Amino acid sequence: MSLDKDQVQQIAQLARLEIKPEEHTELVEKLSKIVDFVGHLSEADTDGVIPMAHPLNVAQRLRPDVVTEPNERNRYQQNAPSVTDGLYLVPKVIE
Amino acid sequence: MTDLHDKSLTELAAGLEKGDFSSVELTQGLLNRIAAHDETLNALVTITSDEALVAAAQADAARASGDAGVLNGLPIIHKDIFCTRGIKTTCGSKMLDNFISPYDATLVERLGAAGAVVLGKANMDEFAMGSSNETSYFGPVRNPWDLERSPGGSSGGSAAAVAARLAPAATATDTGGSIRQPAALTNTVGIKPTYGRVSRYGMIAFASSLDQAGVITRTAEDAARLLGVMAGFDERDSTCLDEPVPDYVAELGHSIKGLKIGVVRQHFDEGLDADCSVKVKEAIAALESLGATAVEVDMPNIDLSVPTYYVVAPAECSSNLSRFDGVRFGHRAENPEDLHDLYCRSRGEGFGDEVKRRIMTGTYVLSAGYYDAYYLKAQQVRHLIADDFKRAFADVDVIAGPTTPTPAFKLGAKTDDPITMYLNDIYTVGANLGGFPALSVPCGFVNDLPIGLHLVGHHFDESALLRCAHAYQQETDWHTACPEAFK
Repeated sequence: MSLDKDQVQQIAQLARLEIKPEEHTELVEKLSKIVDFVGHLSEADTDGVIPMAHPLNVAQRLRPDVVTEPNERNRYQQNAPSVTDGLYLVPKVIE
Repeated sequence: MTDLHDKSLTELAAGLEKGDFSSVELTQGLLNRIAAHDETLNALVTITSDEALVAAAQADAARASGDAGVLNGLPIIHKDIFCTRGIKTTCGSKMLDNFISPYDATLVERLGAAGAVVLGKANMDEFAMGSSNETSYFGPVRNPWDLERSPGGSSGGSAAAVAARLAPAATATDTGGSIRQPAALTNTVGIKPTYGRVSRYGMIAFASSLDQAGVITRTAEDAARLLGVMAGFDERDSTCLDEPVPDYVAELGHSIKGLKIGVVRQHFDEGLDADCSVKVKEAIAALESLGATAVEVDMPNIDLSVPTYYVVAPAECSSNLSRFDGVRFGHRAENPEDLHDLYCRSRGEGFGDEVKRRIMTGTYVLSAGYYDAYYLKAQQVRHLIADDFKRAFADVDVIAGPTTPTPAFKLGAKTDDPITMYLNDIYTVGANLGGFPALSVPCGFVNDLPIGLHLVGHHFDESALLRCAHAYQQETDWHTACPEAFK
C-alpha cells in the first residue's frame, strides 16, 4: 500500500470530509491503487517541459470593474439551509 | 403518427414546419414514452411534463404567428448538470438533491430562446465523475441495448434517453469522454466541442481546464443543428472564446474528398477488443471510399493520457467542489457540534464514494511535498500529449480510431476497481487534455452491442468532424437501428 491509514486520515482532514471507521480499509486500498497508477507519470522524461495549465494558449479576458448584476440575495438564499435577516447561519465560531 | 419518436430532430423540424403535427402532439407523445419506459431505464432524474406542455403550446402559437425559432417546438432533455431556473438541478448528487437553481445556464437559455421544449433532466454520474452512470445518487441508468449493462457515463442518462427514442437529442458534458463514451455504447452520436466553444455558465464545474458542453443525438446532422445554437461567445463565462461560429448544417454539404485522416498506431494495440478493432478499421476504410485518405500517425506519449488525466481532473475537482460546504446551498448535516464538524459531516454525507475518492486524490496531489511529483509532473506530461496531437495535426485534418476499448460492460463489473473503470477513457481523454473537439459516431455492432468511431479535429474545426460523421451516416445505417424493446 502506497498510502497508510494515517495518511488517508490526514488527506480527509485537509479535504474536510468525514470518513467513517468502516470506510477506512476500502478507502486506503482504492486510493493506494490510484496513487500507484498515476505514479507511472514519473517514467516520463519531462526535463525542460513547460507545465500546461490551459488547453489553449490564451489569456483570461478582463472586464470593466462595474456592477452588472442586480442584488437578488433573497432569491439566492432560498437554497440556503439556514438564514436570518439575510445572513447565512453557522454554528458559533467565536466564544 | 405513432413513429414520431423514431424521427431525427431534423425530420421533426420539417414535420412541424409543414404542419404535419404540432409540438404539443409531439411533446405529449414523447412524455408518454418516458412514462412507459423510464422506470426501466432510469434515464431521467426529473420529468418536467407540465412545463414541457406549456412550452410546446407556446411554440405552436409562435409558429402560427410566424415567429418560430430554429428549434421551435423540438423536444430535448438536459443533463442534470445544467442549471434550470425553478427546476431541481441535482448533478446526480445527494449534495444537491434539494437544489432549485435561481437561474438558467447560458446553454439552457440559448436552446430555450430558439424554441426547444425541455422534457426533463437526465441522470448522470455524480458530479460527472464516472464512466458507467453507477455513481449517481439516483441509481444507475440501464443501457437500452441490454438492460443488464451500463450505458456508459457520465452522460449515461442523456445517451440512454436518445437511444431509447425518449427524445431526439439531449445535452451532455465531457471532461474525459463523458459524451463520447456513452454515445458509443448506446449507438448515438456525441460531440464534445473545442474547449471554450460552448459557454459553461450555469454548468456545474468538475475540472475547469477540461470540461466542455456538447450534445448527444442520433445523427451528425442533428448535432450540427444544435451546436449552431449552443456555440459562441458568452461574456458570463470567462473561458468561453470569441471565435466565429460557422453554419455547421450548411457545411455538412461539403464533400470529404481529399480530407486527410490520421490513424493513431497506439490506439490499435492489445488494449482494444479484436472485434471492435475490425469494425473501426472498416469504418475508416468506408471514409477512404468516400474520398478521404488515411495515414498512420505516431503519438508516443498517448499511453500516459489516463494517468495524466487522473491527476489533473481530481486536482481541479478538489478545488471546485470546496464550494459545497453546507452553508450557502446543498446538503447540511444535522446538529453540527461546530463549524468544522458542519463542513466535514455535510460533505461526508452529501458526497458519494467516487466523488470522495477524487476529492481526496486531488487534495493529495496538490498537497505540500507531493505537488511537484504529481501535479506539476502531470501538467508537463499534458504538454507532451498536446504536442503529440499538434505534430499529428500538422499533416492530417482529423484523427480517427475507436471510442472505447470494448462494447458496453455489465453493471457492477468494474465498480470494485477504480483503475479498470478509469481505463475506459483511454481513447477519449487525450482530446480533453489538448482541448480538441471530438465526436463519436455509431460504426457497427459487436455481440449485438453498439460501438463507436472516434474522430478528433483541429481546434475550432468541429465542422470537419460533423462532415465526416454525416458523410459516413449517408452511407451506413447503423444509427437507424433501434433497441428491440424501444421500437
